[in-house]
Amino acid sequence: MSLLTPVRSSLGRLVAVWHARNLEFVRDRSSLIFTLGVPVAIVAAMALIFGGPPRPLFKVGVLGAMRSTASYPFLGERYFQFVPVAEQSSGIHSVARNDLDLLLDLRQQPVHFWCIEDSPKGYVAEKLLLQVDPQAQRQPTTGAVTRYIDWLFPGVLGMNMMFTCLMGAGYVVVRYRKNGFLKRLSATPLSAFEFLSAQVLSRLGLALAITLILYSGVGAVIGFHNAGSAALLLLVAALGCLSLIAFGLIVASRFASEEVVGGLLNFLTWPMMLLSGIWFSLEGSPRWMQGLAQLFPLTHILQAARAIMLDGAGPAAIGTDLAYLAGTTLVFLGVGAFSFRWRAE
Amino acid sequence: MIIDSPPLQHPDVSAAGAILRVDTLVKRYADNTAVDGLSFSVREGSCFGLLGPNGAGKTTTIEIMEGILAPTSGQVWYRGAPLGERFRAEAGILFQKTALQDFLSVRQTLNLFRGLYDHGLSVDEVIRLCALEKLLKRDNKKLSGGQLQRLLLGVALVNDPAILFLDEPTTGLDPQARRRFWELVESIKAQRKTIILTTHYMEEAQLLCDEIVIVDHGRIIAQGAPQALLRQHFKAVLLELPLEDWSPAARTLGLTFFEAAGRVELTTNDLEGTLRTLMQAGISLAHLRIRPPNLEDLFLELTGKDLRA
Repeated sequence: MSLLTPVRSSLGRLVAVWHARNLEFVRDRSSLIFTLGVPVAIVAAMALIFGGPPRPLFKVGVLGAMRSTASYPFLGERYFQFVPVAEQSSGIHSVARNDLDLLLDLRQQPVHFWCIEDSPKGYVAEKLLLQVDPQAQRQPTTGAVTRYIDWLFPGVLGMNMMFTCLMGAGYVVVRYRKNGFLKRLSATPLSAFEFLSAQVLSRLGLALAITLILYSGVGAVIGFHNAGSAALLLLVAALGCLSLIAFGLIVASRFASEEVVGGLLNFLTWPMMLLSGIWFSLEGSPRWMQGLAQLFPLTHILQAARAIMLDGAGPAAIGTDLAYLAGTTLVFLGVGAFSFRWRAE
Repeated sequence: MIIDSPPLQHPDVSAAGAILRVDTLVKRYADNTAVDGLSFSVREGSCFGLLGPNGAGKTTTIEIMEGILAPTSGQVWYRGAPLGERFRAEAGILFQKTALQDFLSVRQTLNLFRGLYDHGLSVDEVIRLCALEKLLKRDNKKLSGGQLQRLLLGVALVNDPAILFLDEPTTGLDPQARRRFWELVESIKAQRKTIILTTHYMEEAQLLCDEIVIVDHGRIIAQGAPQALLRQHFKAVLLELPLEDWSPAARTLGLTFFEAAGRVELTTNDLEGTLRTLMQAGISLAHLRIRPPNLEDLFLELTGKDLRA
């Protein structure tokens, strides 16, 4: 027996399993379409959102009429996005919230500007401004100044909630359908709405527990500021989780393949990750993009959470977001129950 | 799919005393017709067997009867009304393949299903009925085949069903576990519950069923009480000979015979004449066995002896 014989045998077994798995993958048409289709869709979405000229690194609000770059050269700097701002107070608020890195008042001579000292981007933007216009005068930022971590933290909490809610509940239902457990349940008086509601509530407890651990843990280790009511924040988290879980269950309402559902959930989480304001504010971005972002439950979770944590907003101020989250929960559950299939088609 | 329809009433049902009636049921798929116009009724308190070879349409039929699968046309009536909430509350089902929720013990599994019904037996009673006392804390994934079937029977009994569907309940069980399961079914029968059974084991059907329907290619080919069907189809007796006593010359004697598993089976209405023919052909009758036909003989007679794809 040659020394290569065991290696050849091992390779033969490996190739047999590899080939069978490839056949399974290629013949499962829905998996194939979604697995290959999702990256194409993500490329298209990225091209739409990030296409065109290079994305600016700094976002600067401008009070007063835009000048030509000849009369004020800083406006010609690359990697800066200059967003017109109507009122000084709202501009300063946006700077304080980290939605803008810097606010310029071109109506003043010399130019006045506002930025937050401990914001890394604000610091660099200030340095660059003073390089171009050494006469520019920094103005004190009135009101509570938000640290970047305080602005970012609700986004991180929201992102974690999104993954816990969307992925968890969806995959469980698909597994139940695939192994036939749902078929067994369908022979009982249990309705699709009852089943889905139970899944939502079960996942809600888990998602809230994880969010609570993150909230307390980050609070203890790094420290962050919450200007509003913790109870109201919990309500936002609960409604947000409900909406996201119910959304995930719509995706899982028919399929019996984890690959298909995984692809679809990826397809849905990417735009939310990019447009809901987890990492950066959409201030100054195209109107259609802001409109699209308003469709996502995560956008409303983050809007409400930031309003509570950064501005100390009460129930009235975030009423629209709460209503949207509650409404989408009911709509998603209704659609999920209507389109639900107990067994694989 | 359960069909919740307006309160229709099937005209024949109450008169026939049937708990379940299947009315011209058809199920077509893209490439075949699995059920082709089946009609029959099931008497309350009886054990009804639905038999047929692989691919005959048994499971499709029983799943339509269970309300799990929608027919292409036709109707299933439960106590004179289309399948609906009442049926779902009063039916117990043991599927051919059933998955349970992971990481639950036997008791937790029974608690889960008991919680889905308003009325039924206590979980302790189900445990006693299905002899699950020693398995209560065991993970349902760690049960043997026979233990799992007892648990699944328990799951089917939690609502104290009026009608119990058992779809090939003993397939894959060893003989001891199968016999234990039959005893359980006998005890359920004794409570005058209606049982609808599909099985590949003719011995099981003959032992448990009061009435059977044999289907093939989606159609009924025989229906009635097992003994009545045997009397109807077998005026003859069966002779069995070891294959080594059989000779090629005997193939030309004009006898009805079947060779299988080391033996030859001959069917005849004229026992004396057949024995004389065999002796004249020089075939040894030293190991001859004469036996009455059973349900398996009837099944093979009606559905043929060729292997089904």
